[in-house]
Parts: sequence; C-alpha cells; structure tokens
Amino acid sequence: MKEAKKGNIVKYNKWGYIFLIPFVVVYLVFQVYPLVSTIFFSFFEYYEENLAVVGPTWNNFEHYIQIFSDGSIVKYAENTIIMWLMGFIPQILVSLLLGAWFSDTRLHLKAAGFFKAVIYLPNLIMASAFAMLFFTLFASSGPINSILVDLKILDQPFRFLENILATRTLVAFMNFIMWFGNTTILLMAGMMGIDPSLFEAAEVDGATSTQVFFRITLPLLRPILVYVAITSLVGGLQMFDVPEILTESTGDPNECAKTLIMYLNSQISVSKNYGLAGAISVVLFVLTGALSMLVFWVTNKKE
Amino acid sequence: MKMKLLCVLLSTAMVTALLAGCSGEKEGQTLNICVWNDEFQTRFIDYYPGYEITDETTKSGKIGDVTVNWFVYPNEGANYQDNLDRHLQANADASADEIIDLYCIEADYALKYVNSDYSMNLADLGITAADLSDQYKYTQDIVTDANGALKGSSWQACSALLIYNRAIAKEVLGTDDPAEVQTYVSDWDTYNDTAAKIAEAGYLMTASVNDTYRTFSNNVSKPWVDADGNLSIDANIEKWIDMSAEQVANGYTTTNDLWGDDWAKGFYNDEVFCYFGPAWFIDFSMKVEEPTSIAANGGWGAVAGPQGYYWGGTWVCAATGTDNEELVKDVILTMTADTAILEKIVTEKRDCVNSKTVLEKFAADTSYKNDVLGGQNPYALFSANLESINLQLSAYDQVCNEKMQSCMKNYFAGNATKEEALSQFYKSVKEAYPSLNVPE
Repeated sequence: MKEAKKGNIVKYNKWGYIFLIPFVVVYLVFQVYPLVSTIFFSFFEYYEENLAVVGPTWNNFEHYIQIFSDGSIVKYAENTIIMWLMGFIPQILVSLLLGAWFSDTRLHLKAAGFFKAVIYLPNLIMASAFAMLFFTLFASSGPINSILVDLKILDQPFRFLENILATRTLVAFMNFIMWFGNTTILLMAGMMGIDPSLFEAAEVDGATSTQVFFRITLPLLRPILVYVAITSLVGGLQMFDVPEILTESTGDPNECAKTLIMYLNSQISVSKNYGLAGAISVVLFVLTGALSMLVFWVTNKKE
Repeated sequence: MKMKLLCVLLSTAMVTALLAGCSGEKEGQTLNICVWNDEFQTRFIDYYPGYEITDETTKSGKIGDVTVNWFVYPNEGANYQDNLDRHLQANADASADEIIDLYCIEADYALKYVNSDYSMNLADLGITAADLSDQYKYTQDIVTDANGALKGSSWQACSALLIYNRAIAKEVLGTDDPAEVQTYVSDWDTYNDTAAKIAEAGYLMTASVNDTYRTFSNNVSKPWVDADGNLSIDANIEKWIDMSAEQVANGYTTTNDLWGDDWAKGFYNDEVFCYFGPAWFIDFSMKVEEPTSIAANGGWGAVAGPQGYYWGGTWVCAATGTDNEELVKDVILTMTADTAILEKIVTEKRDCVNSKTVLEKFAADTSYKNDVLGGQNPYALFSANLESINLQLSAYDQVCNEKMQSCMKNYFAGNATKEEALSQFYKSVKEAYPSLNVPE
C-alpha cells in the first residue's frame, strides 16, 4: 500500500515537469541563448561590410574600451536620462494628483470611469505613429506653426526640430502623454488599497486634504511608487521609438535626442556590428541593473 | 540475360539523365524583381511587351506563363540595401519561386553589388557590347567591375540641370528666357549674386542647401573612400559646406530635408527660384501629376546652371542564381536598349534616355516640347555634358552622402561648429563601416 502511494507521487511529479517544458524551452531559446551569445560576441570583432562578413575574431575588451574612451556612452546616457526626467517628473506629479482625485470618495467625481479610460487612451497608439504625428504637427510648414503665425504669436515659423530644447521637450512630452494614464491607474490601485478607516480617522481629527495626502496617502503608497519609479526608469533607459522617428534616426539637432538604444541601433542598422552592439548591450544591462538597485535603495530606505 | 538487363538499365538511366538535364535548363516560372520605388516598375508595366497585371495593389502580374513579383523596399538609410542583401544572400538556397532574378541599383552603391558575386556578368547572359553600344560610356563605367565585366544596364542618362521658376525669373530678373537666365547663374559667384536679388524680393533661391549638394559631390576629384579604406572629404565638398553655410546665414536657402513637405512647397507655390535635378526629377519628383502644381502648368524652365553634373540613375542587374536567364536577358535588352521603347520613354515620360541616337534625334527635333518646362526642349542641354561626366565612386557613397547632409544641417542651423559637425560625420560613417580609417 505504502509502495503504491509513493509511485503515484512520482507520476504526478513527472507531469509537473512535462507541463514546464514549453516554458523552459521558450526561455532557453529566446532568453538565455540570446543573452549568453550577446555577452559572448561582445568580445569579438564581428560585422558585415559590403556583403562580406568580417570575423568573428577575438579582440578582448577592445569594444568596451572604445565605447568609454570616445565618450559616446556617457553622452547618450546623459541624453536619455535628461529626456526621461523631463517626462517622468511631470508624469508622477500629474498622476499623483489625478490618482488622489479619482480615489477620493468624498469628491463624488462624475463619469470617473470615462476619464480613466480617456487618460489611458494615448498609450494604445503605437509610439511610432504618435511620433510621426508630432513630426508632421511641428514641421516648419506644419499646423502648429501655421496657427502660431496666424495668431501673430510668431513672425515666422519656428523650427522646433532644429532646436535642442524644443526637440527634447517634444520627446519628453510625448512620453508623458503616453504614460501618465498608465501611472495614474497604478497609483490609484495603490491608493485604493489603503485602509479607508485611516482617511476617516484623519477626517474626524480635522486634517485638511493636503495633510491627508502628505501624511497618509504618500507614505503608504511607497511600495507602489518604488515600483512605478523602477519600471519607468527601465522603460526610460530603453527609450527608442519616439526619438528615432521624430528625428529620422539621427538624434539631431546635434545628437541631443540620441538615446542609448538609438546608439545601439546605429551599430547594427548598416554594419550589423554585433560585437560592438553586444558590448553596448552589456553596459546597458549593468547600468539598468545598477540604477534600479539605486532607486530601490533610495526610495525604500528605512527611516 | 543479366548483361542485357544491365544494358537496358544503364541506357534508361542515361536517357533519363539527359532528359533531366534538359528539364533542368527549363526557365523558372517566377520572375522576382527588387526595387526601391515604382520608377522601373511603371516603365516595365507600360512598355514591356505582354506584361499583364494580375494584382492592382502589388502590381504583380504575368508574362505568358511566368509570374512576376515585385519586392519594393524604400531607399533611405541603406534600408533597400539591407533587404536586397538578405534576398541575394538567400538566393543560393531559395526555392525556384523565391529566387531573386532582377534587381535595380543606384550609382551611390553600385560598386558594392558590381564588385560582388551577386551580380551576373551581362556577357554570360549573352548580352554583347554591340547590343549596348549606343549607351553613354559613364553609365557603363558605373556598373563595370574591377575585372572589366559589365554587370548592369540602365535606360537613363542622368545629366542634371538647374530648373527655375519662370514666374519668379520674370519678376526678379526681368526675363524667363533660358539663354538669358543662364547668364545669371553661369558660375557660383554670379549664382550667389542672383541669390541675393531673389532673397531681396522675398523668395528662396533653393528650397534647401541639399539641392546644390549633388552639383558639388558629383564633381569631386577623388572618391569618398580610397583603395586603402581611408575616408576623406574632397575640396569640392568643403566648398559646398562653406557656400551653404553662407547661403543659410543670408537667408538664400534653408536647412530643410530633401523630399520633405517643407522642401516640396516650391513645387506648388511661387516661393522657390530653382531646384537642381536631372530628367527623372522633372517627371518623377516635381508633382506634375497634381493639377495645381507649377509643373502641371508648365511653369518651369531649364538651364545648364553653374556646373554640369549627373545625379542618380537606376541600373538593372541580373542576380546570380536566376532561373530565368532568357527572360532576364530579354527584360534588360528591351527595357534599356530597345530604341523604339526608349523613344516612347522620352515622349511619354520626359525621361532622358541612355541612347546617343535617341538623344541626338530629340535634341535636333524643334517640334519636341516638354510641357513641364513650358514647351522648352531640354535634350540639347541634357546631352551636352553626358560625354564628359567625371566619375569618382566608392561602394560607401550612399551613407557618406546622406550623413554629410544630415550632419552639416547641425552646422548650418547653428547647433554645432563646423568641426563638431565634421566629427559627427566621421563617427557616423565609421558606425556604418567599422573597417574604414577616419581622421581623428
């Protein structure tokens, strides 16, 4: 009897493993293999030129030395972080405000469901389509310039995409519009998870809504805020489609909108330089990991 | 008995092998063509005898029993080259219906394909020098490989002109007669003097600094990249940079990108005095198909301009591994060397064709009128400098030319110094071609 039971358990285990196979296979083929080969090839000279493949030949840390010595990676990391911050700071402020309003039962907002859907809508548009739209809107003969000139605000069309601040602002603004709805929903979920009795107690004690927000909502929201900050940072470091389309792959004016992933992409778009691109990916991987740890540590510090 | 059986078996095997050999040389059932826009496509549809479209959206069709498929990939940023490379590299293992048989290339990267094994020597298809003897020499030099084998053929000869807006010429210069307008743009100094007048009257001389780019870049004294892989900037390109910076500063022109909406505004409204371009530019780019455009109303005129030059052109190549050799040969000969069809391309498409006889005939034909150019006959101008075109090509030209224009835009717009823009140029070319030596 005992023997038979043992046999059954073994059988169930077998099925567990069988059900795991699809995931493990997909994970190995599409995650582990590319990851390992990226790191592996980052130590090789390996590219294509005029229909011929060069390499792979071992060249030590040559690629890593190259990307740091010419300052490229620092410059593009700077661009990326600046544009991310320009979008993220207003995004988190607006999302906190909207989240607080939406989750505040005392306000009795009408049609809250409708507005929640509306603020999320920009996220449903493809980023590249959104960037194309802005490219056309802000062209020097585009509608924004026509309006500004017709209203006599400007004497002549302003070349938005030839101005460093304007280009960065447009990229940041697009990211803001696309993501503030998503962040609002996340923060709202966090706020609604806070025990309502705390708000009621504060109300009974005569706290103003500002005090409630800063003394109750914000501290209790910290885990969600950390999550939002880290996911947004990781997303920000991978910023690509919006500036790529808006600046027609150049990152101009003066490469001010060229992000890390655009830098990576320019290595593989013509020369298929998997070696150098691999090295950039590895640096990016380490950078993303380190920054995420930093954000986690700073926002989760015990007082 | 055994011996007899063996004999029968052997002979059957031999006959089968022979038959198989024959059927192996049978032409493929699919003709696949790679192009980057619909220029060759429309000419093929309009003039190749017996071509019937079976699908209006993809323009694929049939020639007799053979299905014709088009693979269209936009040109910008080496995108067409990428996709073409993918196809050509797969040709050896591709099934009969997937083999690329024909593809088009441009002068900017012709050498890359011509010097590779992915293009066929036209002589191997049975096309002789005599078949193409009426073509201009420069069009053959571009597609001749290092061993002297001719690897492609073009129906176009792309000497280019200065195309001016007649209304603005009349208003500012007091004349729209080509012979007189030419005196205002006969060299770069007079060109710039005229630009000052044009700007004073509130117009732009050109829509973009990049309009004049090819006039300089196709008159260089050395190629972008030399035989040892050293990238360098020719003195003529330097001249373009300095002249353009001054023109932007003086308000004669702008930093608009070529082909964009801002650049194309001058095709509709009297805002831009002149564009620079060859015959395909007049027919293909100036929006003649739109009734409100200046081109549709014959508002342009053409003069030789400050400097003779050529720009672009499309060459047809046979892909190595094609299973339609007979058809490919016929397409190349029909589309690029059949005088009757080339004459039709002149009269119906306003193109400048690659045939000395046809061009001479039209240059002398006083009854020929180009409606876009207000009835002017530009063929004498076109054929004037075709014999003296100076070629300095390298396989890296498309990327160098595109990057030069986009990087210098930062300098012209005041966002970078000339040195910064140049180092951005070197860096971005190096990204595309890691093996090149670039100045530090």
